[in-house]
Amino acid sequence: MGVVQNIVDDGLGGMDHNFVTARIEDLVKWARSRSSWGASFGLACCAIEMMGTGASHYDLSRFGMEVFRASPRQADIMIVAGRVSQKMAPVLRQVYDQMMEPKWVISMGVCASSGGMFNNYAIVQGVDQIVPVDVYAPGCPPTPETLIHAIETLHQLIEDGEIMHRRAANNGGAGVELSSELAAQTSVTIGTK
Amino acid sequence: MSDSADTVENAVETQHGCPVQDSLGQRVLHASRDQYVSVIKALADEGYEMCVDLTGVDYLEMPHRTVGFDIQPERFELVVNLLSLSQRKRIRVRVQVPADDATMPTLFDIHPGTEAHERETFDMFGIVFSGHPDMTRILMPEDWDGHPLRKDYSQGSIPVQFKGANS
Amino acid sequence: MTIISAGTAEGGQELLSRSELTAKELLREVGSVLRLSESEAALLAEVETEAPEDQTMIINMGPQHPSTHGVLRLMLELQGETVLRCKPIIGYLHTGMEKTGEALTYMQGGTNVTRMDYLSPLNNELVFSMAVEKLLGIDGDIPERAVWMRMLLSELNRMSSHLLFLATNGMDLGAVSMMLYGWREREDVLRFFQKVTGLRMNHNFIRPGGLAADLPAGWRDDVLAILEGLPSRLEEYDILMTGQPIWRERLQGVGVITAQEAIALGATGPILRSTGVAWDLRRDMPYLHYDKMEFDVIVGQYGDAYDRYSIRFNEIRESMRIVYQILENMPSGDFRIQNKKVTPPPRARIDESMEALIHHFKIFTEGFKVPVGEVYVAIESPRGEIGCYIVSDGSSNPYRMHVRAPSFVNIQTMPHMMRGGLVADAVAVISSVDPVLGEVDR
Repeated sequence: MGVVQNIVDDGLGGMDHNFVTARIEDLVKWARSRSSWGASFGLACCAIEMMGTGASHYDLSRFGMEVFRASPRQADIMIVAGRVSQKMAPVLRQVYDQMMEPKWVISMGVCASSGGMFNNYAIVQGVDQIVPVDVYAPGCPPTPETLIHAIETLHQLIEDGEIMHRRAANNGGAGVELSSELAAQTSVTIGTK
Repeated sequence: MSDSADTVENAVETQHGCPVQDSLGQRVLHASRDQYVSVIKALADEGYEMCVDLTGVDYLEMPHRTVGFDIQPERFELVVNLLSLSQRKRIRVRVQVPADDATMPTLFDIHPGTEAHERETFDMFGIVFSGHPDMTRILMPEDWDGHPLRKDYSQGSIPVQFKGANS
Repeated sequence: MTIISAGTAEGGQELLSRSELTAKELLREVGSVLRLSESEAALLAEVETEAPEDQTMIINMGPQHPSTHGVLRLMLELQGETVLRCKPIIGYLHTGMEKTGEALTYMQGGTNVTRMDYLSPLNNELVFSMAVEKLLGIDGDIPERAVWMRMLLSELNRMSSHLLFLATNGMDLGAVSMMLYGWREREDVLRFFQKVTGLRMNHNFIRPGGLAADLPAGWRDDVLAILEGLPSRLEEYDILMTGQPIWRERLQGVGVITAQEAIALGATGPILRSTGVAWDLRRDMPYLHYDKMEFDVIVGQYGDAYDRYSIRFNEIRESMRIVYQILENMPSGDFRIQNKKVTPPPRARIDESMEALIHHFKIFTEGFKVPVGEVYVAIESPRGEIGCYIVSDGSSNPYRMHVRAPSFVNIQTMPHMMRGGLVADAVAVISSVDPVLGEVDR
């Protein structure tokens, strides 16, 4: 059946937004934004601040993110906290692929967002080269307040449905079409000078 | 322990057959590659129980440096820091390693703690340690090309454009 | 005729291993269900008629795993639940910091080095600054106040690092509430750091020549507030963990290492002290003013994880003792050496004096030049001996900057600690070694 297949394929986006289903969609988005669980992907210093944000003083559980699930299958948000090295990049992609839709990525800290202060051979210059990122949180490391702001921004985007509309336009979120990205125009020397 | 050379004009202190240098108050022995293992063993017997650090230096961009004591400076240098817990002192051993034959014997049999250091030195400089139980890369991926800490290996930076710059 | 009395013996119900059964019995086991003859069952069952070797499993733990302290990957060879062999695989956080260090000036080097051991960043900066000062030849001229301030920050950092150890050790062993308590204490120290240095972590505050700024007004009250709140909380954690039977069962006798093994492997810090070797660089090769401080070096006896836990626990108390002494003895004076070539001038002077402006410009753009030489300086970080080996070629960037990271060497003790233990103990062992992967991989 057409309608069911649409829902299966595109989730909420396939529900053919009308006043009957609007209430259900709103309820689902409201619930999603308030109960998203993080996949723990703490790598370096930002992981310490992420743990601090989850601790009692800054307390992420009041935003519904009480637990950081170790298994990516049970997680919604992957907070990439820390610098991603060349060796870690395939692991990052594998964990991202194991997460179930709908999933979102917060890039925490400058190293995850752009390579940070480490503009060298060993660090991937921004995790958005590997996974699609929804919210970038700057800072080295971002204070817990910054991270909470980033998480709340993401929650707002989830609740507004803005992200899901973009997904519907791009045929789903997980398919990062790398071939459609422009290749870097500037050459980077890696290896022998 | 230390004996001066025969001539009075240039009395060079040696220890275990290696010339001793005072580097900012720190004792440094310059060993040759052949003496290296026996010197470390002699120092270990003397009381330097722990090898705290083993690393390399690439002197490609300092071609006119001198080591002194009539030692021919080579491209690579292996630096070993030893610590004596009983006598509370440190000593450093520096060995010149030629670029075309960048191999050294391993210290694993005397100081098993050098296993990780030697793997790192191999990974970063390309100095191969013969006799090491697992001579593979430790920090970079196994299939990585090149040895990053060599001076002819670029930083790998992405050019960043500043708004105020001319170009 | 033998009489077999059953009782509770399992004689009649044993499951013999496959190596002890004859091929005939194996085939009968398979064939009886399928109602096949033995020869037909043999074709289907692929029964090995020779005895199979003991099956060992090689499993992979990490690099993304909640129980590892960062991205550490362990390959474990298990026989059942017993760990036979373990191989740690590192490099997942390799940042090329030593290469970056060659591109940064000595003034900027602190920002790089501080991110190695991100749990005790001030100690990293301290060892780097001490190495640079030795090369410059100014290590004897650092003002008194700067030295005492460095000690204060270093000890507070040791406290926050050990509190984090208690938190993660608790969480790894199941006492999840300890995680929240440890972080609660850490927040107090981090708030003080934010007041003094401007940042909660990765401060870049201890620089060659002294520190970046003076202590703010009211710092004494803040430190006293921290010190007064801690002892009662530490008593609570004592009750929660130290005497508790489950905690003891999980840690005592787990991850035992002998003194000879530790010295042979180059392990320092709490691991070495847990084996009975009383080696602490603050006491045995003192730097800053630790020779004037009265504190005890906590030494263990059995070399197990419980000893390492109690050493770190009590080191918090010893650090508090040192901080009290610092509070009494803190002199007034400069917070950095007044050497125009090395330390930048105060901001107000830049408007007044052309020379100050030029010096400021030169120090921050080109950097100060350091004479040719090489030096190795080591201090006691919460994890062990952290050393910095710098080779200078006379320019304003280090020619080679190498940091001897304690966790890099301590990880080598892990296979020896895990051998013969259970998989659950592997987690306890990793936690008791307390590695920080930032300094392992640099």
